[in-house]
Amino acid sequence: MSTPSKTDKAIQDLLRRAAPPRAEFEDLVIVPIFAVVAALILGAFTMLATNVELATIGQSYIALLKGSVGSLNAISETLTAAAPLILAGLGLALGFRAGLFNIGAEGQILMGGIAAVITGFSLPGLPFVLLLPLCLLSGALVGALYAGIAGWLRAATGAHEVISTIMLNLISYRLLDYLLRQPFIQREGRADPISKSVPDNAELPRLLDWLDPNLRVHAGIFLALAAVLVVYWILYRSKIGFEFRASGASPDAARFAGMRSGLIIVAAMATAGALAGLAGANQVLGVLDRATPGFSAGIGFDAIAVALLGRSHPFGVLLAGLLFGALEAGGRQMQVDAGVSIDLIGIIQALIIVFIAAPLLVRAIFPWGFRKPADVRKE
Amino acid sequence: MNVELRGITKSFGPVIANSDVTLDIRAGEVLGLLGENGAGKSTLMNVLCGLYQPNAGEIRIDGRPVTFNGPGAAIEAGIGMVHQHFMLVPVFTVAENVVLGVEPVGKLDFLDLKKASDQVRAIKDQYGLEVDPDALIETLPVGVQQRVEIIKVLFRSAQVLILDEPTAVLTPQEVEEFFQIIKALRDAGKALVFITHKLNEILQIADRISVLRQGRITGSGDPKTMTTKDLAEMMVGRPVSFDVTKQPFAPGKDLLKIENLTVLHENSEIAVNQINFSVRSGEIIGIAGVQGNGQTALVEALAGLRHITSGTVTYQDHDITHSSARARHRMGIAHIPEDRQRTGIIPSFTVAENMVLDTYYDTRFSSRGQIKWDIVNEAAARGAVEFDVRTPSVFSAAGHLSGGNQQKLVVARELSRDTEMLLAAQPTRGLDVGSIEYIHERLIHARDEGDGVLIVSSELDEILALSDRILVMFKGNIIAEFENGDGQADKNEVGLAMAGAAP
Repeated sequence: MSTPSKTDKAIQDLLRRAAPPRAEFEDLVIVPIFAVVAALILGAFTMLATNVELATIGQSYIALLKGSVGSLNAISETLTAAAPLILAGLGLALGFRAGLFNIGAEGQILMGGIAAVITGFSLPGLPFVLLLPLCLLSGALVGALYAGIAGWLRAATGAHEVISTIMLNLISYRLLDYLLRQPFIQREGRADPISKSVPDNAELPRLLDWLDPNLRVHAGIFLALAAVLVVYWILYRSKIGFEFRASGASPDAARFAGMRSGLIIVAAMATAGALAGLAGANQVLGVLDRATPGFSAGIGFDAIAVALLGRSHPFGVLLAGLLFGALEAGGRQMQVDAGVSIDLIGIIQALIIVFIAAPLLVRAIFPWGFRKPADVRKE
Repeated sequence: MNVELRGITKSFGPVIANSDVTLDIRAGEVLGLLGENGAGKSTLMNVLCGLYQPNAGEIRIDGRPVTFNGPGAAIEAGIGMVHQHFMLVPVFTVAENVVLGVEPVGKLDFLDLKKASDQVRAIKDQYGLEVDPDALIETLPVGVQQRVEIIKVLFRSAQVLILDEPTAVLTPQEVEEFFQIIKALRDAGKALVFITHKLNEILQIADRISVLRQGRITGSGDPKTMTTKDLAEMMVGRPVSFDVTKQPFAPGKDLLKIENLTVLHENSEIAVNQINFSVRSGEIIGIAGVQGNGQTALVEALAGLRHITSGTVTYQDHDITHSSARARHRMGIAHIPEDRQRTGIIPSFTVAENMVLDTYYDTRFSSRGQIKWDIVNEAAARGAVEFDVRTPSVFSAAGHLSGGNQQKLVVARELSRDTEMLLAAQPTRGLDVGSIEYIHERLIHARDEGDGVLIVSSELDEILALSDRILVMFKGNIIAEFENGDGQADKNEVGLAMAGAAP
């Protein structure tokens, strides 16, 4: 046989994976870690400023740790809180990659959730293996349609998705209130807006109730994990994902490459909405068992933070979702043990985002792990 | 004022941008600093301006060693830089821009704009820099904005002026005017550093030339005794051929036929006005013209990226007037867009991703909704080798490549498939000599293989060297046509037509 030619060798050299650029590593790993540390430290100062004693502050951070990972129940609570954040966060991350700033996860969660509830109690006779997937599917579908409205408005009229999704959130609150009072949906014998319950065979099964009936963690966490892989596949392996990323990174270059921007916008919004809708279905089928006004409880907004903290990367979103889930679960413990207001968790979450948005500030406070500024070449 | 750079070395981590550079900048003289993109010209000048501290070596002004702690200190010492990208506030007047940061103030910190105008007028008269001090920047053509930048530097009493790629944004007429200004400044005793990679210009204007390659001075000399060939060799490090060798001109049948084509600007003004021409296979048509005469709209309309208001475009006997960009692309029309950074590549994407930016959907590269990245990467590596795209890996971000390599990447993408018609807009703008030479070869290779090629360029020399037929566009019309199959077109006549004088 012949020896490989010079050209073949050159080709092989080019196929060798380049070391991931240092800047990317700093951006994806070091900055988020330090942002969390900085937020926790500044959170302590906030407590000091509100006359919380030093000992209580220490106690509250211990409670935060205990309540999030300190026991089986704590871990169960963390995972329960993380699942919808990961699902909705993935949707938002996908939107960000496609250049769409979708603020409407909250509304998409509500619409997806109520759809899943309706499907559930309408078909109580179906077996579990059919009913649960059907409920999840209807949640995803309705979430996709609801987000698709904003996508269509953007593609057809140029209406910016930030505005239209905020409007759609407001509409969804009132629409849900209205739906919950419809005789077909409202629970029999109730005057307040509350839906019928989801039948047992439509519920996401609890995973650890055989150990302790109070452990709430349910199969939704597997749904979230699967979604991480699917979104990764969509973004980095599939054709449509390539189009998403191209239009997000450079709409002009995408158009010049012959991609159809209108279609891509609608598809990206719909996919994001499907994931948010799944998050809604996850809540009603796994935790709440029914729909009530505003049952999304701000998950759609926290998910924006999760997507940003996760740098719009599926695996980053997974970690960020787990962190925010832990903060939520730990925050409750903190309130119980140390008597510190749960609003502090909101402050810490907000601080994390502030630091993430200001990488230069993080770099100035924590110089470790970054390249020296003198090494950064500016041309 | 004379400035000496002695043994300047500047590195960024492992990257050595300048290595032991010694330069003399003398009053009343234009020093031409020549080098390819990435040769270290900008770094060297940023050292001189106090933006970077050198790792070794020293700067001397009139024999005295100095150190600049920042740009302020360099300005204080009389060193001024005119940047390639202007630093002007568009909604301010000329005078306001000039005095920005050093405003003349009266009592109670009152901003004395009248005095500012007068001071600008004084500088203008002294050096013959024609400009109205009260005009708004955004209303001025690029050439005049550049004069404002120069006035800004002179206003801060600079004795040394560094001009970074000053002609890159100018039309040929503006370049002439600009050279007059440089001569006036030189005769007034200023020291000038003219940074460029354009060989003709440096021979025309410089009194002394130094060439930089890979951070080192590779040659210096007197422009009177040097030729473009010598300079190119010093700059690239190997002999460069300027003679384009083409097969004899033997055009085939009509490939692309344009009839009564009218295209509008975004603001509904007419960009392309009822033009007619056709491109035959095996032929290069060059569209000459000063930028902004409708060439961009023409190419975008032909590529399917801009709505055609009236007229028809026929390609291989198919009416494609309203076909999509993707449809045209599939029919074998390739397009090298004008603005490679914005529309040609996606800087944050890898070389491999950029290599399939408009072919990823092809069955070669994807099936059942999934992109076959192994095949894409392999093809990208092959394309990079074949088209001389210098990149450490196909997984590197395209934005990290030099301009020349980015453009070769675009050319590789567009030509490494079956094409029959090539639209190339400003294919070599802002590139170094080596890349220009290579891209020209490729365009001619496409023609020799029987493709029809349409080249739009504002570089007249490029049009003359490549085209078999030259069409001159002026204000949306084709106002002149020259046969150039044997290079018989007259440069002066074409140049006159570009200025709007129909023969």
